[in-house]
Amino acid sequence: MISTAITDLYYGFGVALEPHNLMYCFLGVLVGNLVGVLPGMGPVATISILLPLTFGMPPVPAILMLSGVYYGAQYGGAICSILLNLPCHPPHAVTCLDGFPLTKQGKGGTALGITIIAAFVGASFGITEMIFLAPFLVKMALEFGPAEVCSLMLVGLLAGSTLAKGSPLKGIAMTVLGLLVGIVGSDIETGQPRFTFGITELFDGVEIIALALGMFGIAEFMNSINNTETVDMKYAKVGISDMFPSKADLKLAFWPMIRGTLLGSLCALIPGTGPTIASFVSYATEKRISKTPERFGRGAIEGVACPEASTHSSVQGDFIPTMSLGIPGDTVMALLLGALIIHGIVPGPQLISQHADIFWGLIASFWIGNILLVILNVPMIGLWVKLLSIPYRYLYPSAMFFVCIGVYAANNDMFQVGETLVIGVAGYILLRLDFHPAPVLLGFVLGPRFEENFRRSLLISRGDLMTFVERPISAFFLTVCVVLIVAQIYVWLRKPKLLAEEKAIEAQVPATPYSELAG
Amino acid sequence: MRERFSLKRDYYAGGLMLLLGVGAAVTGTGYKFGSLARMGPGFMPVMLGIVLAFLGILIAGTALASSEPDDKKFLPEHPQWFGWLCILGGPVLFIILGQYAGMIPAVFACVFVCALGDKTATYKSSAVLAAGVTVFGVLLFHYLLSIPFPLLRGVNL
Repeated sequence: MISTAITDLYYGFGVALEPHNLMYCFLGVLVGNLVGVLPGMGPVATISILLPLTFGMPPVPAILMLSGVYYGAQYGGAICSILLNLPCHPPHAVTCLDGFPLTKQGKGGTALGITIIAAFVGASFGITEMIFLAPFLVKMALEFGPAEVCSLMLVGLLAGSTLAKGSPLKGIAMTVLGLLVGIVGSDIETGQPRFTFGITELFDGVEIIALALGMFGIAEFMNSINNTETVDMKYAKVGISDMFPSKADLKLAFWPMIRGTLLGSLCALIPGTGPTIASFVSYATEKRISKTPERFGRGAIEGVACPEASTHSSVQGDFIPTMSLGIPGDTVMALLLGALIIHGIVPGPQLISQHADIFWGLIASFWIGNILLVILNVPMIGLWVKLLSIPYRYLYPSAMFFVCIGVYAANNDMFQVGETLVIGVAGYILLRLDFHPAPVLLGFVLGPRFEENFRRSLLISRGDLMTFVERPISAFFLTVCVVLIVAQIYVWLRKPKLLAEEKAIEAQVPATPYSELAG
Repeated sequence: MRERFSLKRDYYAGGLMLLLGVGAAVTGTGYKFGSLARMGPGFMPVMLGIVLAFLGILIAGTALASSEPDDKKFLPEHPQWFGWLCILGGPVLFIILGQYAGMIPAVFACVFVCALGDKTATYKSSAVLAAGVTVFGVLLFHYLLSIPFPLLRGVNL
């Protein structure tokens, strides 16, 4: 098994190192790092803007680039948290707690250095996990019939909506709304137009880019306009020489880094728990097992190393269910899955065998991309810090331009720009009502495939709903669903202590001037 | 009781979901429903609509049952009517000018109007930003990526 993995990986590096692919991978991580640093911009909006520009490309460089934006943004996001105390990227919000005190003590450079090391360690582990686990999952998944696929999707949808932040009920409501939005357009089997209200442009369905940019672009700008504080650059002075941590710091950070990595990779495997949850859980764990918990929140180097390692390992691990099963764990993955579909690639267990170049090329590009990011971040830290001071009043109008032209470029159709606008207003209303829009995208992407498989499995069973319970694998997934729901009801009724502790940590994080969407 | 009603945002949230759910289900009945074994195009919309309506009732219901105060209004503390108008006006101008005048005026107007939404923005600062973005946008999208969007309609550039 190890030898096949090595040959596959060797092949992957061959794909990823082709000059063309390498260039797009570099472009992806560069843009990712950039939007990660800029407060108020997130990977979801960025990937949606870049998506239409990849239509003319072959799928491999397109996917390498779009993925690069995601993990590149994680490197940039930490800079914002540590130097400015601005948790503009949810996965790095918890890093503020110890990162900013370190900056105030003049040790911001050390914190950044530790972050980069932790990031690389975490990412490497996440990638290794993907190499060995994904083919194994595929072997299992190839046995799945439509009933199993259906139940598995249900797990993904439920987990994605209940484990995310905010009220689980509202999360589920958003998933259902996403499924309904996914229905818009012609029915696959009969061609009957549904929810189109006579608008011919809607017969092909709602454009995924319009949905993502409306919800995560326009709604987000409406939320944060004139609502952002001026950025305080008082402490944000870091040179390369400050970035090399001392031996004592490294020793202190070593075990937290390993623990964070392991926790992050675990979180990645549970659908619906992305990097944000991983970082909070690992920070809470680290604080609890520490011999000196009182140091946390006052500039403990462990409090930076542990959540950062777990974020990065979870980000890489996030790709596992998406690439092997075709079930995305969070918004970014849903978007990448949409990108795959647009490029004519059917996501699912057959992806690794049919499109080995994408899968292994992607894995190899992760490593190359992470090395590039380390190179980008250490010598160029001064430049990134300067970018932090770009005021929001220049950022959002430029971003609006990219939103408009990006949506237009998808189909060369102004109708889509209007569609984005309408979705943006709807998204803002939902946001004001405390609905988190992430599950909408998840439901939207999975919806059509869910319906197709649901119909097919009942066609096979001749309308017998028991088919979902009688087949053991499907029954297992349904049990997981029930456990998820029961757990939520238990939490709602009992409010366990563990959760209260996590809430307390969450409360300490400085209030973000941006909504939680940027992640 | 009436006071409670007017103070909780979750009532609006639940009500909206109920409305959307019922709307979807009613619209869905217009399509062929079919049977479990041979589902028609109406099956999923009706089912999902019912589920969404049910969730709406649950959301409003849990808000009624919870004693936690939630006195936030629907609108934020400082409503940014002008800012919102600018953010929405930008793309509207982009659509109109893009359709009839071309890329340069569309981009300039979009960025200019959006930028005006910020409290600290002036006409001059917005115009400078808009001009900069337009130059960059034209170079990137027209010359480098060559998307089919004439720079100025009617003028051959």
